[in-house]
Amino acid sequence: MANIVSDVICTFCGTLCDDLEIELSDDGRKIKEVYHACAIGAEKFLHSQAEDRITRPRMQDDDGNWTEVSYEEAAKYTAKILCDAKKPLMYGWSSTSCEAQSVGHEIAEAVGGMVDNTATVCHGSSLIAVQDVGIPSCTLGEAMNRADRVVFWGCNPAHAHPRHMSRYSVYPRGFFTGKGSKSRKVVVVDPRKTDTASLADAHLQLEQGRDYELLSAFRVAFRGEKLPDFVAGIPKDQIYEAADLLKSGRFVIIYFGMGVTQSLGKNHNIDIAIGLTRDLNDYTKAAIMPMRGHYNVTGSGEVLGWQFGFPFCVDLSRGVARYNPGETSSNDLLIRDEVDAVFVLGSDPGAHFPISSVKKIAQLPSVAIDPHLTPTTAVCKLHVPVAFVGVEVGGCCYRMDNVPIESRKVVDPPEGMLTDQEFLTMVLGEVRKNKGV
Amino acid sequence: MTKITLNLLTGRTIQQGATMEGGKEKKAYTKACAIIEMTPEDMKRLNVWKNTNVRVSNEFGSVTVKAVVADQGLHPGDAYMPMGPWSNMVVDPNTYSTGMPTFKGTPIEIEVAINEPIYDSQELVRRACGLKV
Repeated sequence: MANIVSDVICTFCGTLCDDLEIELSDDGRKIKEVYHACAIGAEKFLHSQAEDRITRPRMQDDDGNWTEVSYEEAAKYTAKILCDAKKPLMYGWSSTSCEAQSVGHEIAEAVGGMVDNTATVCHGSSLIAVQDVGIPSCTLGEAMNRADRVVFWGCNPAHAHPRHMSRYSVYPRGFFTGKGSKSRKVVVVDPRKTDTASLADAHLQLEQGRDYELLSAFRVAFRGEKLPDFVAGIPKDQIYEAADLLKSGRFVIIYFGMGVTQSLGKNHNIDIAIGLTRDLNDYTKAAIMPMRGHYNVTGSGEVLGWQFGFPFCVDLSRGVARYNPGETSSNDLLIRDEVDAVFVLGSDPGAHFPISSVKKIAQLPSVAIDPHLTPTTAVCKLHVPVAFVGVEVGGCCYRMDNVPIESRKVVDPPEGMLTDQEFLTMVLGEVRKNKGV
Repeated sequence: MTKITLNLLTGRTIQQGATMEGGKEKKAYTKACAIIEMTPEDMKRLNVWKNTNVRVSNEFGSVTVKAVVADQGLHPGDAYMPMGPWSNMVVDPNTYSTGMPTFKGTPIEIEVAINEPIYDSQELVRRACGLKV
């Protein structure tokens, strides 16, 4: 009989699907097949089984040659660069468990680090906007059971959150949405005719970067006021029609993504999207939710929030927690040469930061803690491979709607390999020794 | 040589996501991400066949990738690159005091560069950082 583990949590995106089934070899050591996952999630589980996986820490010399080192040596080196630095950047945190994040924050507190997570290049703008104007939101369960009007603004779940539409937003039959997709009208606002847009009842293909204007126009249309003939390249009739469609719903949910957070305007785009949601509540019930990317970027914000009061860009270098995106954010710190060591865990700035920031990382004492080989590990002085959270070790993760979900261990990591929490605990011990505390 | 100016958008594609999880050092990741999507009209304007190497450049940097026709329709004048080290060679790093670089809406110039190689993710970043390859 097949050896199947059921109800496995997928630790790829913020949707945190919790219905995966994984077929193991008879001895329970190898993953043979992954069921119910999307293409990306399945690849994540299967790649953890790769024969060519790096299983021991390695240090790089100036010629680019790698030498294997022990976890003890790696922990000593990591502690040393963090203790020697005046202002180390400790970036990432989104692809690990809340427990590991918490140990990492203890280290950051001891060494006076700058703690930032991947929201800085993802939904950081949304976090700033939420602090400015608040957010009327809900859980994905509420959206599934109630929402009959679904807006995807500047996001493309067909590619970025592949099972979001089938599990929560468009297709599932909920308590008040018993006919599934037939109960819902879908509006997509995107400058591209995306695969998500092809499923929509209405697609507003606006001109790129003009979201603020179109969001404003919607607020005007809700009030029945006059609009110019075109806003952001969209004819006014189409805007009035979409506005009426939303007003006529019983429950509107607006999902938004990088289209609004990364275009010019940034947090102001989100401010007005939240304002629009507030306005809709004059006519019906409406909520808005960011489509969070990494599976535990939300958790990183939560843990930083309850420990230091801020969800990202936390500056601990002065002994108290400070927060000022634009000053204490990773890319600004790197570009302005304000940090003197870089520690990366559970993220890949080498691939996902502008190259001007990556060049700075390459010049500094640096460590990358990551199960994969990445552009970050290629430029860092030390690469520490660790077990995959959600595959080889469990841990708490937060879904995009701030619901905590405990991820599960499915198989053992390769022999002798540490988890990130275990490695961070070693580093914390070394840091305490160095600091004499 | 023809050179055209476009507005660059970057973001996720499912191929980018799946190949990223399969290993960023692998060829499949380069194949999925070292591309620039354009409209057929802009391909004509640039006078280029699909799958031809092109140089994408601006004040922030330069990178060689393959030109392909967008399968998720774009406005003429827009171009799309999957997020990754190739697109990040040319995105605008300015955060305007938000912490967020401007990953969408960077003006770029494109020209045909048939003989220029496309590097894999590790080599691309190491070269850009002045490290030995």
